[in-house]
Amino acid sequence: MKAITGNRLSDGAVVYLADDDLWTTQRAKAARFDDDDIAPVLEAAQLRVREITDAYIINVSADGAPAGRTVIRETIRGAGPTVRGDLGLQAECCA
Amino acid sequence: MYRYDEFDATLVGERVSQFRGQVERRLSGALSEDQFKPLRLMNGLYLQLHAYMLRVAVPYGTLSSRQMHKLAHIARKYDKGYGHFTTRQNIQYNWPALVDVPDILDDLAEVEMHAIQTSGNCIRNVTSDQYAGAGADEVEDPRIWCEVIRQWSTFHPEFTYLPRKFKIAVTASQNDRAAIRLHDIGLRIHKTDAGEVGFEVIVGGGLGRTPYIGHTIREFLPKKHLLSYLEAVLRVYNLEGRRDNLYKARIKILVNAGGAQKFTDMVEAEWAAIRKSEIDLPAEEVERIRAYFAPPDFEVLPAESAALEQKRKGDTAFARWLRVNTVAHKSPGYAIANISLKPVGGIPGDISDVQMEAVADLAAHYSQDEIRATHEQNLVLPHVRKDDLYAVWQALAAQGLATPNIRLVSDIIACPGLDYCALANTRSIPIAQRISERFADLEQQEDIGELKIKISGCINACGHHHVGHIGILGVDKKGEEFYQITLGGSGAEDASLGEIVGRGLSSGDAVGAVEKLVDYYRENRQDNERFIDTYRRLGADPFKEALYAAA
Ligand code: HEM
Ligand code: SF4
Repeated sequence: MKAITGNRLSDGAVVYLADDDLWTTQRAKAARFDDDDIAPVLEAAQLRVREITDAYIINVSADGAPAGRTVIRETIRGAGPTVRGDLGLQAECCA
Repeated sequence: MYRYDEFDATLVGERVSQFRGQVERRLSGALSEDQFKPLRLMNGLYLQLHAYMLRVAVPYGTLSSRQMHKLAHIARKYDKGYGHFTTRQNIQYNWPALVDVPDILDDLAEVEMHAIQTSGNCIRNVTSDQYAGAGADEVEDPRIWCEVIRQWSTFHPEFTYLPRKFKIAVTASQNDRAAIRLHDIGLRIHKTDAGEVGFEVIVGGGLGRTPYIGHTIREFLPKKHLLSYLEAVLRVYNLEGRRDNLYKARIKILVNAGGAQKFTDMVEAEWAAIRKSEIDLPAEEVERIRAYFAPPDFEVLPAESAALEQKRKGDTAFARWLRVNTVAHKSPGYAIANISLKPVGGIPGDISDVQMEAVADLAAHYSQDEIRATHEQNLVLPHVRKDDLYAVWQALAAQGLATPNIRLVSDIIACPGLDYCALANTRSIPIAQRISERFADLEQQEDIGELKIKISGCINACGHHHVGHIGILGVDKKGEEFYQITLGGSGAEDASLGEIVGRGLSSGDAVGAVEKLVDYYRENRQDNERFIDTYRRLGADPFKEALYAAA
C-alpha cells in the first residue's frame, strides 16, 4: 500500500497525509491508499504548497509500517536519528 | 583578530532582510518551493530528512569566544541544544524552523557571521589551516590570503553562477592540514631558496563521485599576482566548464579531460592577457587586510614551563593528552591545544551548547579569545600558554572534551549519513561510533599511531572516504546498508586516492574489517611506519587477503 509524506513548510517536520486530509507527524495515523489510487492524491497534496514541501509517495505495509527499498530511510524519517534517541518522534511518543 | 569591515556588515544586513522577505513570501504562498529553494540555498538553508538544516560559515575556521557564545545561544534557543562541525569549517544546525531562520541570521550578523557562500554554485567559503597564525611550521598566516580571495570573490558578478560550486583552500605549511590537493583550487604558500614567498597553485582536485588529486599548474606565483591568476583560472573554467551535465561540471573534469598541461596553457594565456589589468590588489590593501590578522600580543616567555613539566610527570592522563593533542606553537612558551569532538562512542563533530560555552570561556581566559574549527571536525585553542595547559585540560576533561585521540584511529571523520541527510544511502555515524568503541583503549590507539578513517554515507563523499587511510563508503543494496572499504587514501601533503578492496560488508563486518586491517598492519609494520606507510610499502593485496581470508 501507499501513503503520502512530506515536510511541514514552517519547520520542516516530517508529516503524513491523514484520513481527515490534514497533516500528521504520526506515521501510524497516515492514510493508506491502494497503489492504483495514489497518483491523484499526490497531485492534490503537492498543490498544498503553503502547508508542506517535498511531498512524495512511500510504500507502507497494511499496518502502516514503511515497506520496500526505502524502509530504513523512512523509518529514520518517521522516528528520528538512530544516533539520538532523545530527538524526533521516537523521543516524544511511547510507541 | 579577523573581523568584517563596515562594508560587509551592510551587505550581510541587507541579505538577511531580503531573506526575511523571501521567507514571508514563501509562507504566504507568493513564492513556490521551486522559486524559493535556490534562495534558501543561497542562505545556507537545506532541507534534510527530519527538518531544515542551516549551514553557517566559520571563515577560515576562526572564531572568537563571543561568536562561539552566539553559536551556543542559537543551538539552545532555536535548535535542539547542539551543533555539528563539518569538514568544511562550517557548523550545521539540524533542526531550525524556517520561520526562525531570519532571526537566526540576524543573531549571527550581530557577531559578524553568516551563511553566505555555504551553498550554491558560487565560490564557497575559503578554508584554511586551523593552526594559521599559530603553527611553528608555517611560512606566514594563510588567512590573509583567504580574506583577499573572499573580498574578491564575494558576489563577484562574473562568478555567482559558475557551472558548479567552487572550493578554495589555502595553507602556508609543508604539513597540509587543509586538504589543498582535494579542492578546486588549492594554494600553498611557500618560500623559495632565494627567500621569496609565493604560491604553489594546485587545480582540479575534488572528491564526490569522480575523485581527483589536484595538479600543480604553477610551482611559484609571486604573491602580488594572486588575484589576476585566480581570475584567469576562473575565466577559463567559466568559459570551458560543462554546464550540460551536473556530474561533469566541476573544474576537476575540465582539467582532467584535456590534461593538466592543456589547462595550464589556457590559464597562462588568459593570464597573459589580463595580468596587467587592475585585478590585483595594491600592496596597501593587502596590508590593510593583514592588519585584521595581526598576531595577538604574545608574552615573552621561556620556551619551557616548569609548572607544566611538573604536572606532566605527576599525571599520566595529562601527559597523554599533551603528547597526542598539543602541537608546537610559533611563539616560545605557548602551545596549540586540540579539542577532540570524537569521544569514545560519540558523534564526530557534534558539540552541545554547554560545551560550546565552556570552549568559549576557555578561549577568553586562555587562548587570546580565539578558537579554530578544523576540517577533521575538531576544535582548537590556538594560543595557550604552556603554564596554563593543565588548567585547560582539566576544564576540557570536565566537559568530555579532552579525549586524547587527535590523528588516531578514533579521530574519525563521518558525514551525517542517513541519520540526517536526505541524499544518503546508509548511515555513517553509527559505524564511527562502533569503531571508536572497538578501539577505546587509549594505549592501544597510541600504539597504532596515525590512522585516518573517513566515512561517507553516499558517493557525494562529504566524509572524505576517498582520502581515508581507511575509507568507508555506504552503499544501498536492495534496501540494506552495505559498506565498501577503500585503502591507501590520504588528504594530506602525501595526497592519494584510496583503492576499493572488494565486496561490500554489512555494518557489523565493516567494524570487524577495520580491526583485521589494523591487526595486519601491527604485525607487519617496520620501524616507525604509519598504517599508510606499511600499506604503500606492501601494496593492497596482503591487506585484502587479511580482510577477506577468514571472513
Ligand atoms: C546533510 C546535508 C548535506 C548535503 C545535502 C550535502 C550534499 C553534498 C553533495 C550533493 C555533494 C557533491 C557535490 C559534487 O560532487 O559536486 C557534497 C560534497 C561534499 N560535502 Fe556535502 N552535503 C551535506 C553535508 C555535509 C557535511 C556535514 C559535510 C562535512 C562533514 C559536507 C562536506 C562536503 C565535502 C567535503 C564535499 C566534497 C568536496 C568536493 O565536492 O570535492 N557535506 N555534499
Ligand atoms: S556523503 Fe552523502 S550521505 Fe553523507 S552527508 Fe554527503 S550527501 Fe549526505
